[in-house]
Amino acid sequence: MSAPALTATVPELGTPRRARKLSTLERTLDSGLRVLVVRKPGVPLVEVRLRVPFLSARAAHAAKAALLSDSVLTGTADLDRAGLAAAVQGLGGDIGFGVDADRLQLSGNVLATNLRRYLDLVADVLTGAAYPAKEVVAERERLVERLTIARSRAGVVAAEALAKRMWGDHPYASDLPETDDVQGVTAAHVRRLHRDLIRPDGAVLVIVGDVSAPRTADLVAKALDGWTGAPVANRVPQLPSVESGPLLLVDRPGSVQSSLRLGASALRRDDERYPALQLANLIFGGYFSSRWTENIREDKGYTYGPHSGVDHHALGSYLQLQADVATEVTGPALLETLYEMGRIASLPPSVDEVESARQYAIGTLALSTATQAGLASTLAALAGVGLGPDWLAEHPRRLAKVTLDEIAAAAAEFFAPTRFATVVVGDAASVRDPLSALTPVA
Amino acid sequence: MPATTLAPHAITLPRPSFELVHATLPNGLRVVLAPDRSAPVVGVAVLYDVGFRSEPEGRTGFAHLFEHLMFQGSANLEKLAHFRYVQSSGGTFNGSTHPDYTNYFEALPSNALERGLFLEADRMLSPRITEENLANQIAVVKEEIRVNVLNRPYGGFPWLELPPVLFDTFPNAHNGYGDFVDLESATVDDAADFFRRYYAPGNAVLTVAGDLDPEETLALIEKHFAGIPQRRVGKRPDFGEPPLTEERRASTVDAHAPIPAVAIGYRVADPVRELDAHLANILLAEVLSDGDASRLQRRLVQRDHLVTDISAYLGEFGDPFDERDPTPLTISAHYPDAGSLDRILVGVDEELDRIANDGLADGELDRVRTKLASALFREMDAVISRSLNFAKFELIFGRAELISELPDRLSAISDLDVQAAAAALRPDRRAVVELIAGGAA
Repeated sequence: MSAPALTATVPELGTPRRARKLSTLERTLDSGLRVLVVRKPGVPLVEVRLRVPFLSARAAHAAKAALLSDSVLTGTADLDRAGLAAAVQGLGGDIGFGVDADRLQLSGNVLATNLRRYLDLVADVLTGAAYPAKEVVAERERLVERLTIARSRAGVVAAEALAKRMWGDHPYASDLPETDDVQGVTAAHVRRLHRDLIRPDGAVLVIVGDVSAPRTADLVAKALDGWTGAPVANRVPQLPSVESGPLLLVDRPGSVQSSLRLGASALRRDDERYPALQLANLIFGGYFSSRWTENIREDKGYTYGPHSGVDHHALGSYLQLQADVATEVTGPALLETLYEMGRIASLPPSVDEVESARQYAIGTLALSTATQAGLASTLAALAGVGLGPDWLAEHPRRLAKVTLDEIAAAAAEFFAPTRFATVVVGDAASVRDPLSALTPVA
Repeated sequence: MPATTLAPHAITLPRPSFELVHATLPNGLRVVLAPDRSAPVVGVAVLYDVGFRSEPEGRTGFAHLFEHLMFQGSANLEKLAHFRYVQSSGGTFNGSTHPDYTNYFEALPSNALERGLFLEADRMLSPRITEENLANQIAVVKEEIRVNVLNRPYGGFPWLELPPVLFDTFPNAHNGYGDFVDLESATVDDAADFFRRYYAPGNAVLTVAGDLDPEETLALIEKHFAGIPQRRVGKRPDFGEPPLTEERRASTVDAHAPIPAVAIGYRVADPVRELDAHLANILLAEVLSDGDASRLQRRLVQRDHLVTDISAYLGEFGDPFDERDPTPLTISAHYPDAGSLDRILVGVDEELDRIANDGLADGELDRVRTKLASALFREMDAVISRSLNFAKFELIFGRAELISELPDRLSAISDLDVQAAAAALRPDRRAVVELIAGGAA
């Protein structure tokens, strides 16, 4: 990449102004709950994230976990479903649960002045979620309907196929539960799972907003003092190493696009080579000014937007490449993708490419953590892999120090096309031959 | 931004206060600055007063295609340069096309503010539109439509499927993403005409929010924008359509959808000229479907088990302050049993009747508006959304300050106002579009 020729001069950048240092407070309660509070004024709100480890290899765990997440707010000992929702709404608040293979997470927000009463409601849910049988059965039907809708999307079919290809029968391969498993889950199963896993020991609560950190930590300790205990022990199998194998073609007859997905193992955030891999990924396909986007979108018009990124899970990190391309250019799009992967794995990037990616990584980290919600979500995600606010504070410095050689080395190791598992979901009758011309197809 | 306190029993909504600085350049460009130096980031937004309602017949999708072309190079910048300058400064960019306006924006570290202003000024001066870039972006837009609509279940539902039934005139009823035949017919001359007509400085609002000094920033804005020649701005037509007097029904087949869906649309009050009626409609929509305590969730999801999900909202895309007259109130649901549509419609009508006849429960309106005010603040936390919101309120409502006044305006809406809003949603005033599940197992 080189700067374009200009007749008028594009203004130079001024001197960057440093972000204010975050005022954070970390405390571990007697229950084992880790509490992280960050004072961040701005809008008069507070963001709350509670992350509870939920990884399990037990049978039908994903189904039980999904139904738990969908019915945890359907009533407590004190409040019925509508009463609980009305109470949260009246505080100017929001509360929701989500689950994946690694964790169950409560995400919410509330007017800052109502935080105490909000935490009381959170405590009521954590210690007193009732899972009325009638509600759980109704939520089970809705979950089946939503799974049916989810699996009608090409992107979901592709993500599931790639996860199975990468992780076999490990829990990571089944983020969405199987419908048959869901049908077998009862209210008793869900209550038991809540009792076994929704425990403070090992969980992390992140609170970010227009609050005093010490006072908030005291509020939390008081509001959650009835929530105690440790989760039942859970042995989780190690992740298998990713086998590349032949391209897996999943037929979706009549599909006007092909969903192209590639995955391979990557580096965790705390690996000293991670910043180099992060920049290599940006240069390849991690932002708009990347080679992959400029090639298959801005030059050839094959796709609306390709994207590559590093996904971080508790047990490991993964490179994921995705692009939805017109059916008739599926072969050429894979060809260009393999070309760009091979190019970045074989030849060093230019100095301009490196500096652009570096500034983008530093700048967007600041932007994404400049909001209460963005900072809370980032801190909760970091906590899930054992990293704290100091990692966030120091990361710009790490990015500033990465050298071109380190990026070339990371790219050579991690972007080699031979390492990747590949899935295409599309109209098999149209795309099998063009794909087979480039790579073995299963 | 100081918050007023929420007293334990009286409902006083917190009221945000923003410092706003207004200016208008001699060429007609309106400027709004919203300084806030708490973080070293700025948001730059330019909104042009043209959306897909204004595109010509035979050129459906053109406003959106043109938005893509605005990124393809400009007076002093070659193709790809815009993206690279923003991102290599540590920033992000995007643009989007709405019924009544089109926006372009960057979130940047504050040391890149002048660069952001330059980039916007350069394409306001003249985008560089070539045959090659046009052909490339037609291909990209077709892929965008395939990934978001044609290859996706419920892809255009209901924003592409409801307007042709609910509205009569081309501006309101046509497909704003565009027909492929129309997109492929677009020419470089069409683009030049569209630019000349709608992208004059006098037809735009520029907003900068975040880490800025107002005086210095105004000087930079003058430096980069004042040289753009003034052009005549045509008067925007009124696109309003009166309420329906007879129910309309239609259906559409979605090849990928596994279960049916329905959208019920009503033509409701003019958001700008009848703001209080509009706010009553917004509160009604929240009473109907926001959260597990809402009327339609309780009735149709929890009690009758008829729908998988249901939502009521104002505005084509769910942003109630995004468009002028006409704006629809939409109730949309997915449901598992194709035979239950009539029961769902009866349920909706009965719940509207209950509100119209029996009014609201004690505290119901207060909790709903407290939540709504809180959600409005939350949306103002990111500098880029602040820039976009101030620009949008300046463009659509003529006053960026209105955002700060919304909590008070919402507090003044009474139960009776919401009752009246519900009473107006009669079956003979609605358009109903049924989505038939072509992908059902």
